[in-house]
Amino acid sequence: MSADASSARISEVSKKFGITPEDYMLPARHMINLLNPDGSLRPDNEQGTEPGHEYPLPSPARLMEAYAALVTGRRVNDQNSALVRQGRMAVYPSSHGQEACQIAAALCLDDNDWLFPTYRDTVAVLSKGVAPMEVMTSFRGEWHCGYDPKAYKCAPMSTPLTTQLLHAVGVAHAAKLRGENTVVVAMCGDGATSEGDFHEALNFAAVFNLPVIFFVQNNKYAISVPLSHQSAAPSLAHKAVGYGMAGERVDGNDLMALMAIMTRAVRMAREGNGPLLIEAHTYRMQAHTNADDDKRYREDSEVQAWIAKDPVTRMKAYLEDAGLLTEETVAKISEDAEAVAKTLRDGMNQDANTDPRELFEHVYSTKSTQLAEQQALLADELDREEA
Amino acid sequence: MTATTSRVNPNVSAATARAAAKAANENQPVTFGKALNTALADGLVADNSVVIFGEDVGTLGGVFRITDGLTARFGADRCFDTPLAESGIVGMAVGMAINGMRPVIEMQFDAFAYPAFEQVASHVAKMRNRTQGKLSLPMVIRIPYAGGVGGVEHHCDSSEGYYAHTPGLKVFTPSCVEDAYLMLREAIDSDDPVVFFEPKKLYWSKEQVDLEQLAQEYEGKKSAKTEGRARIARAGSDATLITYGPSVSTALAAAKMAAEEGLNLEVIDVRSIVPFDDETVCASVRKTGRAIVIAEAQGFASVASEIVARVQERCFHSLAAPVLRVTGFDIPYPAPTLEKYHLPSAERILDAVDQLQWEA
Ligand SMILES: Cc1ncc(C[n+]2csc(CCOP(=O)(O)OP(=O)(O)O)c2C)c(N)n1
Ligand SMILES: [Mg+2]
Repeated sequence: MSADASSARISEVSKKFGITPEDYMLPARHMINLLNPDGSLRPDNEQGTEPGHEYPLPSPARLMEAYAALVTGRRVNDQNSALVRQGRMAVYPSSHGQEACQIAAALCLDDNDWLFPTYRDTVAVLSKGVAPMEVMTSFRGEWHCGYDPKAYKCAPMSTPLTTQLLHAVGVAHAAKLRGENTVVVAMCGDGATSEGDFHEALNFAAVFNLPVIFFVQNNKYAISVPLSHQSAAPSLAHKAVGYGMAGERVDGNDLMALMAIMTRAVRMAREGNGPLLIEAHTYRMQAHTNADDDKRYREDSEVQAWIAKDPVTRMKAYLEDAGLLTEETVAKISEDAEAVAKTLRDGMNQDANTDPRELFEHVYSTKSTQLAEQQALLADELDREEA
Repeated sequence: MTATTSRVNPNVSAATARAAAKAANENQPVTFGKALNTALADGLVADNSVVIFGEDVGTLGGVFRITDGLTARFGADRCFDTPLAESGIVGMAVGMAINGMRPVIEMQFDAFAYPAFEQVASHVAKMRNRTQGKLSLPMVIRIPYAGGVGGVEHHCDSSEGYYAHTPGLKVFTPSCVEDAYLMLREAIDSDDPVVFFEPKKLYWSKEQVDLEQLAQEYEGKKSAKTEGRARIARAGSDATLITYGPSVSTALAAAKMAAEEGLNLEVIDVRSIVPFDDETVCASVRKTGRAIVIAEAQGFASVASEIVARVQERCFHSLAAPVLRVTGFDIPYPAPTLEKYHLPSAERILDAVDQLQWEA
């Protein structure tokens, strides 16, 4: 598709909303925020919405589903961090505080839609349906990702920053060529937006008009480096306009707003309106990983201030006020979360049973003579060890 | 395919026209570039999931015209231009391969594939392994490489070593017209990612090859014929010249000169660097007892070094002399006017042959 055709597409969409192409592509003046930190619904005129940037409230059923996943997500983060402290896991990049983003990214997708997560997106991967112990495979020090990406339509969690965004573009492109209307959510962090592949992926997605939603969790830090050192752009969502796509900012601790935005984004993408960039404002409540010491680069008071904005308590307060949380549902939700935590504890407390001989099995579709020789060498060593 | 009339002469059927064209072409030599182009076209016909993309590969047909006519014949969904972004091209190919396609992508020149190196090393090479075999990446990365064409700075690197060093990649490099066709077909059909190195200086070289017959043979068999199999480019008995890609013709020229002096040199074209054919290479060295490895790439920590090490480990007791190397010097690729001093020449190969301790 030529650049002319791309801009024609943008002006067509903006016309549907009765706004200019610039107003369609630029994020709304304020970030989209439906719930106050105390869980109260913000008045219509304070939700950050504008013409063309309107987001219908999700249904109560949808909110309850998302809230249940949110509670499980928080439980999973805390369970995994505990397992790291107990030495059952090598490393865990917790998304504590970012769970609302994780849930919305996965729940907005249909079964045939793809998710491309990073190392911090364990909870999103779980929400996409991957079995708990499969998700944790690589973090416990295994050599593979642990799940079948095609079965779950969920890519392996990617560590080389933003490389996965291009894979997301490719998956969408292949689907489009076959006439399938697959939508792809591609995730990355705020720091990662400085990487070259971020640029290349957004540009490709826009030029080929692909249904990819780039979902950036702006948690304010890239390990120790604050966002002000990554970008001088007015916001990360503003980067969209340079590629000819629409960008939007959302309160990343507001599950209701996230669900509203992502649901519309998926619909827009599926209808052929091209890619979108969503920037979710959230905060990394814990160190980068257990191996990091965040006292070296941020004040504790800054972290404390974000506790009041917690996504879980916020959503819970709203649902309680709305009369949606009965004692029964609360019990059921925490029971389900406990069950997942137990699965993780039980699984992690068993040693991974890896046969080192398998390291040679999947390098190529068929084993080369050389790899067979090396495998035999290792097997011989192991046999002597066992004898 | 439905019967159509020939566009050239509407009064004859396309099949008749093709037959006539074939008869006329029977004695026309085929260029290396045409063989590659035909392999791509035949690959597109054989499998609907094959897609071709890269920089200028669409309307223009590639800066070397290897994709000439493919967009016109197969449409822009099957062969298309991308924005200028090599990492983007490789990364998108990874995603398309994950989702059922067989991308064949072109890097415009050797040195311009470097922006994509992270994608190649971290994903293309590792995806199968890190998913325990669940995701295979059937994709081909075509890279025009090496010198001898008077290319300006950044256009003549021999970068095969970087890729050969990376487990999970297959690395092919044809040196004759027949292999250009067959190896590219095999690469496209491979379930593993293949980095396909095309010696630039050979694009315009011609040989008498019947591509249509090759295609029929290939499609009849479909079994690997060149992967992991070195080719004996010239049979000999006194010493073995082991080489690949652009240096095969140089080695053959050296062998011809040596023959005039009464030395019968064997020339092995490795052609499949990964997987490597130890068997053919070592059988030859055990027979001749002497070997020289020749490659354009800088010699230090190179594919040539690897071959020397393998031969030495496996053929030590058959060797009458140390295995030598004739390679590019350990300098950045020189300017066009100076490349002849850098590249292995037939004379330099013969000087090395002289050092193979013949006095015994
Ligand atoms: C290409 C690349 N460079 C560097 C790293 C090391 N690294 C891992 S995470 C990280 C910070 C990323 O920050 P951000 O994108 O904001 O995501 P967050 O960790 O905050 O979720 C860095 C530098 C990497 N994984 N990949
Ligand atoms: Mg961050």
